[in-house]
Amino acid sequence: MYFDSLNAVITMAGHGVYVWSVYLLTVLVIAGALIVPARRSKRILRQLAADQKRTQNLQPGTTGKSR
Amino acid sequence: MWPFFHKLGSPPWLYGISGTILRWLLPITLFALVVGAVWGLLYTSPDFRQGNSYRIIYVHVPAAVVALAGYYLMAIAGAVNLIWRMKMADVAMKAAAPVGAAFTFIALFSGSIWGKPTWGTWWVWDARITSMLILLFLYLGVVALYEAFDNKEAAGKACAVLSLVGMVNIPIIYKSVDWWYSLHQPASIKFTGESSIDSSMLYPLLLMIGAFYALFTCCLLLNMRAELLQREARTQWVKKLASAQGNL
Repeated sequence: MYFDSLNAVITMAGHGVYVWSVYLLTVLVIAGALIVPARRSKRILRQLAADQKRTQNLQPGTTGKSR
Repeated sequence: MWPFFHKLGSPPWLYGISGTILRWLLPITLFALVVGAVWGLLYTSPDFRQGNSYRIIYVHVPAAVVALAGYYLMAIAGAVNLIWRMKMADVAMKAAAPVGAAFTFIALFSGSIWGKPTWGTWWVWDARITSMLILLFLYLGVVALYEAFDNKEAAGKACAVLSLVGMVNIPIIYKSVDWWYSLHQPASIKFTGESSIDSSMLYPLLLMIGAFYALFTCCLLLNMRAELLQREARTQWVKKLASAQGNL
């Protein structure tokens, strides 16, 4: 390791605030770019599943005629 | 060859294969990102002139490289949609736009923060920086244009045209550091000839570039899967997926 103490890692001789803020912001953007589409897929499937349940519950009333 | 293209046009096949790819690629990508970041942050020596601030390079350069590559992908997908009316190309194009915007955004803010200790300013209207800002607007423009149309087919065509016209910006970004020599430094890594970066700094950088490419692929596939589900919501295969989800 280049740095000899945890404090040196954090401060990076005065550049720590710039370096760490870049890495933190990047982690946030990456997390967002992965989580947003994954949640969108989940939401679509959950919505469709709910619609299916609703139509299934309506079925008994509507099938009476066909018999 | 042709059966492969035939499969590529099939939404359920694409949804299935992308799920398999993601199961493997996503953990590998995240692992490579952590290794590359720790290597660059803690195990390389500082730059002799810029000190520790140069460690931003391990985010900045990979993000910028992939932002440009993503634009190629988006424009080519747009062209394929225009020429061969391939629906999956339209899905890929729509999925690439927000991901490309996110990577361009990372390149811009990391460069801005890097500029403060190095150049003494957060922002200059340097040719490279300005053309990257235009790239961000092009990506966001495609996202916004898709939303502006009710007719999805017309939206796809308009966005394809926009992204193809925007291709003009790409060589400008590449050449900007040579044509207008101002604050932004020219490329350190060259495919031909000696790179002006020490190998101890080059290896973690190459690892991060590879990891960012893989990350772009993961984000793109995730967006494509969501888009496929939405477009195919009335089909049998999506209904099956939804009922399997509902029974959990």
